[in-house]
Amino acid sequence: MSRRPFVREVSKTRWYFKHPRYLRYMSREITCIFIGAFALLLLCAVLHLSRGQAAWESFLAALQGPWSALGLLVILAFALHNTTSWFNVTPKAMPVQIGEDFLPGKFIVAAHYLAWILASVLVLYFAGVR
Amino acid sequence: MSDRLVHLDVLRYNPETDTEPHFQRYEVTCREEWVVLDALNAIKESIDPTLNYRWSCHMAVCGSCGMMINGEPKLSCHAFLRNYDGVIRVEPLANFPIERDLVTVADDFIDKLKRVKPYLIPKQDKSIAEGEYKQTPAQLMKYRQFSMCINCMLCYAACPEYALSPLFLGPAAITLAHRYNQDSRDGGRNERQEVIASDEGVWQCSFVGACSEVCPKAVDPAGALQQVKVASTLDWFKEHLLPGGKP
Repeated sequence: MSRRPFVREVSKTRWYFKHPRYLRYMSREITCIFIGAFALLLLCAVLHLSRGQAAWESFLAALQGPWSALGLLVILAFALHNTTSWFNVTPKAMPVQIGEDFLPGKFIVAAHYLAWILASVLVLYFAGVR
Repeated sequence: MSDRLVHLDVLRYNPETDTEPHFQRYEVTCREEWVVLDALNAIKESIDPTLNYRWSCHMAVCGSCGMMINGEPKLSCHAFLRNYDGVIRVEPLANFPIERDLVTVADDFIDKLKRVKPYLIPKQDKSIAEGEYKQTPAQLMKYRQFSMCINCMLCYAACPEYALSPLFLGPAAITLAHRYNQDSRDGGRNERQEVIASDEGVWQCSFVGACSEVCPKAVDPAGALQQVKVASTLDWFKEHLLPGGKP
């Protein structure tokens, strides 16, 4: 008897097509591109703001139009997917033990959504939305 | 109980004669309550005695009979035939080399398991005369779910990080390290941390979560690994930001 173990090759570029759970994972990971794009947009906004009112208004004008709106909507959709998919797995990373029991994960998830809503309300308040 | 005819495509590999594995179709008369392992046993007993596979307890406790069943890591003693339609594809656990037929080489997992010291390293040695190491029910609950791991390696077969970076310690080994780190009687965290917080350790995990989805004992390795990341990050902050800080 001779040992000659057979190693099955794993595709480095197509492995995530093997199961829906891997595609789900990739859909979460790919959101980082859109979050990164929005971060760059935000940096551009700050840069234009620092250059005075005219620069800021030209930046805002550049963002007008259907393509811009569509791009921002796509970014928003991916940002929402990023946020919700990460919020929904938070109980795994931060279990809360109370005596012999663990706080049900839904409360930990709900706390994140609550904090998100609170932060959004504060941002809108300081942005002058009444 | 009624009988039914089941077709299985089983991956065969004989290292002495084959250059690569190939599927072999078997037709087995099975009883309604049978699991895939029963069908394999029926093949071995009455159709093809050359078929090789591992099994022992037939009750999802020993962790020996893990296989890919229709592409999903499963304990074959836990996979009821009635839940499958058409031809059932049976392959050795993914991400491990094939020794022969459905038997994989588990050496890599066993070596990694040893490296994380998955046993109690008491905080202080006590003589037998001093009595047992006591623990409250709450202290037990802190790690209890992680102690349910049966080393079946299904989580490794599901983990794409392990598939792509074979040096990764992997879900079960890190989960078992976490199990002992969470134990109030244990004092071995620093020793384990050198291994599990290394480059080959927990930071290879990108939280796919497949390990927890396939675990037959509902252990949640993905949760354990994220908790290890949080604890390791706190270690880093303690070491680098606190004056005279040591993790």
